[in-house]
Amino acid sequence: MSLDNMTQPDWLDDGSSRIPSAVYTDPAIYQRELERIFYGPHWSYVGLEIEVPEAGCFKRTAIGERSVIMVRNRKGEINVLENRCAHRAMRFCQERTGKVKTFVCPYHQWNYNYDGKLLGVPFKNGVKGKGGMPEDFQLEDHGLNVLKCTVRNGVVFACFDHEVEPLEEYIGSDILSAFDRTFDGRKLTLLGYSRQRIPGNWKLMMENIKDPYHPGLLHTWFVTFGLWRADNESRLKLDKHSRHAAMISRRSASVSGNIEEGVTSFRANMQLGEPLLLDIVHEDWWGEDTVCMTTIFPNVIFQQQVNSVSTRQIIPLGPDKFDFVWTHFGFEDDDEEMTERRLRQANLFGPAGFVSADDGEVIEFSQEGFEQDRDFSTMCELGGRDVGETDHMVTETLIRGMYRYWRKVMEA
Amino acid sequence: MKLDAELRFAVADLYATYAACIDDGRFEEWPELFTDDAWYRIVARENYDRDLPLSVVSLKGKPMMRDRVYGISSTIFHAPYYQRHIISTPLLFVSEEAVVHATANYAVFRTKRDMDADIYNIGQYLDEIVSTEGGLRFRKKFCVYDNDIIPNSLIYPV
Repeated sequence: MSLDNMTQPDWLDDGSSRIPSAVYTDPAIYQRELERIFYGPHWSYVGLEIEVPEAGCFKRTAIGERSVIMVRNRKGEINVLENRCAHRAMRFCQERTGKVKTFVCPYHQWNYNYDGKLLGVPFKNGVKGKGGMPEDFQLEDHGLNVLKCTVRNGVVFACFDHEVEPLEEYIGSDILSAFDRTFDGRKLTLLGYSRQRIPGNWKLMMENIKDPYHPGLLHTWFVTFGLWRADNESRLKLDKHSRHAAMISRRSASVSGNIEEGVTSFRANMQLGEPLLLDIVHEDWWGEDTVCMTTIFPNVIFQQQVNSVSTRQIIPLGPDKFDFVWTHFGFEDDDEEMTERRLRQANLFGPAGFVSADDGEVIEFSQEGFEQDRDFSTMCELGGRDVGETDHMVTETLIRGMYRYWRKVMEA
Repeated sequence: MKLDAELRFAVADLYATYAACIDDGRFEEWPELFTDDAWYRIVARENYDRDLPLSVVSLKGKPMMRDRVYGISSTIFHAPYYQRHIISTPLLFVSEEAVVHATANYAVFRTKRDMDADIYNIGQYLDEIVSTEGGLRFRKKFCVYDNDIIPNSLIYPV
């Protein structure tokens, strides 16, 4: 059987509303995703510019399964370099963050600058006239792999494929406006990281944040306190390829009971012992919207949930596992009270969060279900079988949109 | 307060009571081991070491701790699991204000149904303990964990 046959799962039709188990479980499909999506012409989120404040400051992260380093050079520019020595392939950088004068691979001390250029190698000319590199050895032929990199309003993206379209075109104007709403050029402040390893396919996390149907059912806090309910005013936006999306909503000023019978997560009598947990203060940049969840394919989610803002990065580790890295931030003009508020509301999010710990759990159990029945197809037909923007959240259209694009890339 | 044998035994008792309460799932008793305005925090070592203020859980005061307990029991969907704490003998220092500063290593093992036990959360307690009418209580408890990639989710206190 050819690889092509192996990597074509049995879709029930030409659409994208029934997704076969193999899309979540098959190692050959996953390999093709790495090549065509993560290492192909798609921009991946790498980090925030403030994480590398000065020349020589670096952060190690990954795109797909390839380890990369974001570093600021002497001119103040950001570079993204592959963490793989040009000599013996060593992942020479092991710290998560730090500041270095040069990058030195400890194995044979090959030495690189912040632009990935090879500065020197020991014994290049041999010792006492013996040995050494061949005469045609040129330092400039053996630099680190430098990725294409773009910074937009403090957010760093990179791509292994230098032919990729410009980031602004890649994101598209509709979703770019959601991006720019949070990242409008204001200086950010770094609050910290949360990391979780979720035993599920990476796309299930994208689907989770393209699924406006579940939060008002799974997450008691959202439905009870009006943060995200099916009756909230909301809209769903897509880019022209339907690979990115934004879910935008407005918190109900007053919650008047259950939306309908059967939403068992609604707790009529639930009251917070500490009301400060939901001490929401409106910020001018929100406009009227209190929530905006932006998914940029393939590896990042930008969160604004009332006063909690974060990036959530996806690092796949095989078809059935990924790391989910949360970077919480604030803005330079936040006063102490606002910083404290953002930190308090962070209790809702992350691996222990009141409204997100259970997302990782349900993804784990979905994955188990796909693994146990390879002939199964999941059903995403809420709101129909087509793909389009909506002014409500009772639809799975964004998931269908992502798979319409995914099929285009994977079946080409 | 003098750092004598009696105090050492009392601190050891507090840790034993703490571990028993959360390992037995008696979460509603857990806030009672703190002072009213205590700060309970679970924080990744990378944040703690770099003075980044984000915690994975940060609860200030008993009412917020009770909200967490309600979340555990009533609002967060998760796979059921057992947890077991192993806590080292704490290193103690008593300040002039009669606050016991305690540092202890901890290991939390998690066992889910049908699964082997996992090494779930490994770290250090950085605690402040004070004497109250009801006995010793935590006034500050920071759980600084080293294995900062949490295996999916973290629900119960550690």
